[in-house]
Amino acid sequence: MDLEDQGAIKATVEELGSDDIVVILGSPDPDAAEMYAETVTLGDPTYAGPLAGVSLRLPVYNIFEPEIKEQIPPEVYQEQVAMMEMVLPAEEICARVRAVREKAGVSS
Amino acid sequence: MNFPVIKAVSYALAHTPDLVPYGSKPERELRKTPALCGRLAAHLRTFDQACAYPPHQVFIGRTPPEALWDRETPWWRHQDAMAERWGPYGEIMPEAEFYGLLRFSDEFDLVWLEPAFLATVRQRLRAHPLFRTEDLDRLGDGHALDRIRSKITDEGALPLRHRDRLVGCVRRGHDEDSFLTANILLENVACKATGMLAIRWLFEHHREEGIRPEIIDYVINAGEEAVGDRYQRGAGNLAKAMAERSGCVNSTGGDVKAFCCGPIHSLIIAAGLVHSGIFEHVLVVGGGALAKLGMKFRGHLKHDMPILEDVLASFAILVGPPDDRNPRIRLDAIGKHDVRYSGSAQSIARALIANPLDALGRRVTDIDRYAVELHNPEITEPAGSGNVPRHNYRTIASLGVMRGEWSRHAIAEFERWHGLPGFSPTQGHVASAVPYLGHARDAMRRGDLRTAMFIGKGSLFLGKMTHLSDGMSFILEAPNS
Repeated sequence: MDLEDQGAIKATVEELGSDDIVVILGSPDPDAAEMYAETVTLGDPTYAGPLAGVSLRLPVYNIFEPEIKEQIPPEVYQEQVAMMEMVLPAEEICARVRAVREKAGVSS
Repeated sequence: MNFPVIKAVSYALAHTPDLVPYGSKPERELRKTPALCGRLAAHLRTFDQACAYPPHQVFIGRTPPEALWDRETPWWRHQDAMAERWGPYGEIMPEAEFYGLLRFSDEFDLVWLEPAFLATVRQRLRAHPLFRTEDLDRLGDGHALDRIRSKITDEGALPLRHRDRLVGCVRRGHDEDSFLTANILLENVACKATGMLAIRWLFEHHREEGIRPEIIDYVINAGEEAVGDRYQRGAGNLAKAMAERSGCVNSTGGDVKAFCCGPIHSLIIAAGLVHSGIFEHVLVVGGGALAKLGMKFRGHLKHDMPILEDVLASFAILVGPPDDRNPRIRLDAIGKHDVRYSGSAQSIARALIANPLDALGRRVTDIDRYAVELHNPEITEPAGSGNVPRHNYRTIASLGVMRGEWSRHAIAEFERWHGLPGFSPTQGHVASAVPYLGHARDAMRRGDLRTAMFIGKGSLFLGKMTHLSDGMSFILEAPNS
């Protein structure tokens, strides 16, 4: 996750607290999704950005996961996301993000 | 149908390993970690290695892109034994000659070369088919090494090295103007020089067809450089500067800026100018991007492979009036990503691919080849950026699935049937679909290809002025199809 996004998430949590914040990812590959998920739960695994050593433990989901997908009007999902679900390895991305949530013990 | 045609296409590469440290990423990283210098130098390629690199041979037209499908990988380890510097579309220029070309392109005595090195360069350029005696006169006599050193030490000049030796410098253009520093001027002169090289190859290879510099009415530069000073940063018109040194005496020109999508915007504008009758011959050119040299070098070092972003790439494309020999641009089916569309990949695919297909009542599979951002995956994958063309072909295949025109189980196969392997250097706008235009034109003239779609996309949000993406596309059709 780039340093700017990490900084923005950190600043948001500092301003509003973490109770009402959920991070939704649109990462195109499993490795990136896992790394992003780790960054906002356990801290930046690359130790490069503002979230290095900062464990925010935010609930994090990929947009393909049922918990998120079910909350999006079907016509909007079909219009904006459905095709990419077909293109990308969606199952693996979801599994990797779910595993990070479980490891960090977070859910919304 | 009387649509404008692609009359000629050329490409050039300049192998510039000693300029890699001046790429944006290496420059920043080396400043932070000077110890990286040795590792970077140890992973640079020789000219012979860069020349025999299979994707480069495709770029200059010696081998078709499809030949890469079956070549053993990694390509950098399995070189092309039949490789040559000269190709039907242009050449791969070695660094020393490129420094001479920089000097030739320089109107303000910015590029200083040391006399002995300059003599060698002059001798090599004398043997080059594109340079005449009067061109060589522009090289001057050079400057003594001690004067070059003092410019570097005292006056902000940038050293030019060649094979571990200081051979010259690029001087700054102003004492205080942060937009005329030596780095920025090198970036701009390198873009001008490589663009000009492609233009000159275009005339050289098509002279017998009557394509001479004098017939060009207008030049559009589609590059990503930003020429200008403190009061007009990025004001540009490198097009006219390139035209001047290419002998296009009857032309003027201008730049079209649209990030990586610049070339597709430019070609469509060029076709519009020709179609309307305003101009007869419009040349679209894109020069090399110095900033992108070594952009992914960290990934290459991590995998202990050569730094593959060691070439500047350029292209020149001539759009002309209808004829029955050249492929035509279908101006009645232009794809464009309107402001009202979202930036989702799906929405972009619909705007750029589905809309033009629908305009002609065609299916996804009616296009023989789709040319997308043709970044060489061997450059991007080690840095974690994935296989860009493959990802795009999966997206087009999925669009086909949603339209009921392609099987969901065959998404991965679409790439081989209707796509291309990535073979372009990661030079931003240069990689954006246009590297296939020369191959497509030849295949269409041979009767081996009927239709191709050229799709360009631009990440406008990088400039922090809008969150929007952008894209444009056009369909090219074989003559008499």
